[in-house]
Amino acid sequence: MIDWGWVVDHLDDLAGRTIQHLGFAVAALAIGFAIAFALSLWSLRQRRVYAPIIGFTGILYTIPSLALFAAMVPITGLSVLTAIIPLVLYTLLILVRNIVAGFDAVPADVEEAANGMGYTRRARLRAVELPLALPLIVAGVRVASVSTIGLVTITGALGDRFGGLGFFIFEGYRRSFPTEILFGAIPAMVLAVAVDLALVAVQGRLTPWTRAEVQPGMSSLDPVTADDVAPKAA
Amino acid sequence: MPDPTPTPAANASSSTPHAATVEFDHVTKTYDPRAAKAGAPGAVNDLSLSIPAGRICVLVGPSGCGKTTSLKMVNRLIEPTKGRILLDGVDVATRDVTELRRGIGYVIQQTGLFPHQTIEDNVATVPRLLGWPKARQKERAQELLGVVGLDPSRYARRYPAQLSGGERQRVGVARALAADPPVMLMDEPFGAVDPIVRERLQNEFLRLQEQLAKTILFVTHDIDEAIKLGDVVAVFRDGGIVEQFAPPAEILAAPASEFVARFVGADRGLKRLSLTRVNDVELGHAPTARAGDGAADARERTRRNELPYLLLLDAEDRPIGWVDEARLPAEGQLGDRLVSATSPLLDRRTTLKDALSMLLDADVQIGVVVDRRGAYRGIITVEQIAGFTRETAREAQVRADAATG
Ligand SMILES: Nc1ncnc2c1ncn2[C@@H]1O[C@H](COP(=O)(O)OP(=O)(O)OP(=O)(O)O)[C@@H](O)[C@H]1O
Ligand SMILES: [Mg+2]
Repeated sequence: MIDWGWVVDHLDDLAGRTIQHLGFAVAALAIGFAIAFALSLWSLRQRRVYAPIIGFTGILYTIPSLALFAAMVPITGLSVLTAIIPLVLYTLLILVRNIVAGFDAVPADVEEAANGMGYTRRARLRAVELPLALPLIVAGVRVASVSTIGLVTITGALGDRFGGLGFFIFEGYRRSFPTEILFGAIPAMVLAVAVDLALVAVQGRLTPWTRAEVQPGMSSLDPVTADDVAPKAA
Repeated sequence: MPDPTPTPAANASSSTPHAATVEFDHVTKTYDPRAAKAGAPGAVNDLSLSIPAGRICVLVGPSGCGKTTSLKMVNRLIEPTKGRILLDGVDVATRDVTELRRGIGYVIQQTGLFPHQTIEDNVATVPRLLGWPKARQKERAQELLGVVGLDPSRYARRYPAQLSGGERQRVGVARALAADPPVMLMDEPFGAVDPIVRERLQNEFLRLQEQLAKTILFVTHDIDEAIKLGDVVAVFRDGGIVEQFAPPAEILAAPASEFVARFVGADRGLKRLSLTRVNDVELGHAPTARAGDGAADARERTRRNELPYLLLLDAEDRPIGWVDEARLPAEGQLGDRLVSATSPLLDRRTTLKDALSMLLDADVQIGVVVDRRGAYRGIITVEQIAGFTRETAREAQVRADAATG
């Protein structure tokens, strides 16, 4: 059923498309994270902006991805932005929710002790709150990265210059050639899993205290998982 | 008798360069300005207190009476609505807030330890903020862990989640002491541990303070803790109003108001007994004789004494037991077998409360007070204890009356 000869012939293409796929995903996640972080800090400082931010990013999240990519074309043409902007927008809801939840999970007594001992606001954010928010933030990044890696395939609808591994899926579909569809889909899934595992490893590195035997009081640091925020379906 | 009036620490050791005085000067805090305009009382109202340097001042009162609010105004976690707080005569409002806080030790009930830092890093927090060299931070953290009774080689590299509640409280105290601040604020620091651990932490805390002689504001709602730890105690009632500000003995002997009397409890007489030690009381004397002494002379002396017993001592003057006057032979020598009863031996440092409780349980209700080597020094009876409390209550009342004019 699978045309192994074709597979072997196209391994070079696979490498190139994988790199492109990762490039889109990483760029979208990085930009999305920067925007989400700023929005989160704003929400934490002024609580009343939180609900509108979540409402707005929530609405963005419900737009069918194909429609959003199509809607971008008249504005940004067939440039990289046409692919990146929707990908970025789709990360915001998950990231803002988890970043804010992460900072909210910092125990009140820890914050009070930090203030009482003479931390400046900035030092407290960097040295106390950020590390303690990290488990939830990383959980958000994991969900967002899985969903973004899935969505990059959809950008293949914009043409051959897009899509990463999604290129093979679209082309395989057009040619009614299942081997090529799987040639795009399976590596895309492997990529998502690999990135997820990499993030787990990074978090383990960054938060050694969570590996210490943890007492019941700390269970509020349980990550918000994919069950809480479903990844964006294609 | 311990001097009940607070004077600047005479025992301030060389380890602390200075302890600061803390003064509340007509301090008011209203959280809700609109309610205040409508005439509702604030959390703290017109609080004036003057805490001498090097002493422990306990703020005690029922829940919600404004103790925590008062405490947090010292390190400006809360800003007063009116009034001033002076540290060594300097208004805290004029000081840079982070620099002020780094110079004040702060301990809270929930400990507020940083879960993501090792115990060592937690303890070194303020030195780190002050930019001490790394090596000195580490050295100081290790030293302080030792001071609070945690072996650095076992605890330094652990995280707070790996410690028991009592151990975490100790780390909290060590962290507050790290930069050797002259003033410490402690908000129910031993509130979250069981009574046995609390007792131990309190004792260690008192021993520590004997060396450090810092000025400590200590919040609790436990009157027993207040009496045990305070050099002076401020009894608060709702609205941050101080009903009485006096040494513990005076609060127990002469409560300034109905509220204070009720707050310290119906057993305040017993509590006072726990503040006084046997060697603070003038001891009585029983007729004594050594084993081997002539019986005739001993019998004669016992007959002349109002006590119907003779206390038999060994060659080193250590009490053997009581000999009933009726059983004293007319001649011959005194020996162990004449002893018909014993009574509690009291160390000079036994509290009157413990002494009383032992006396009530004894065959002969006469406590025999011995010195460190166990040699007889005198006796104490239930009547003497009662007389002592009556006398000191009268003195305290006179002093309290004089103070209120
Ligand atoms: N941030 C706040 N905003 C509004 N009201 C407050 C705030 N903090 C405390 N209060 C009120 O001020 C009063 C005094 O509170 P405070 O925390 O000082 O009491 P406390 O004596 O420490 O009590 P506890 O023994 O229960 O800790 C209470 O009535 C409380 O409800
Ligand atoms: Mg309180």
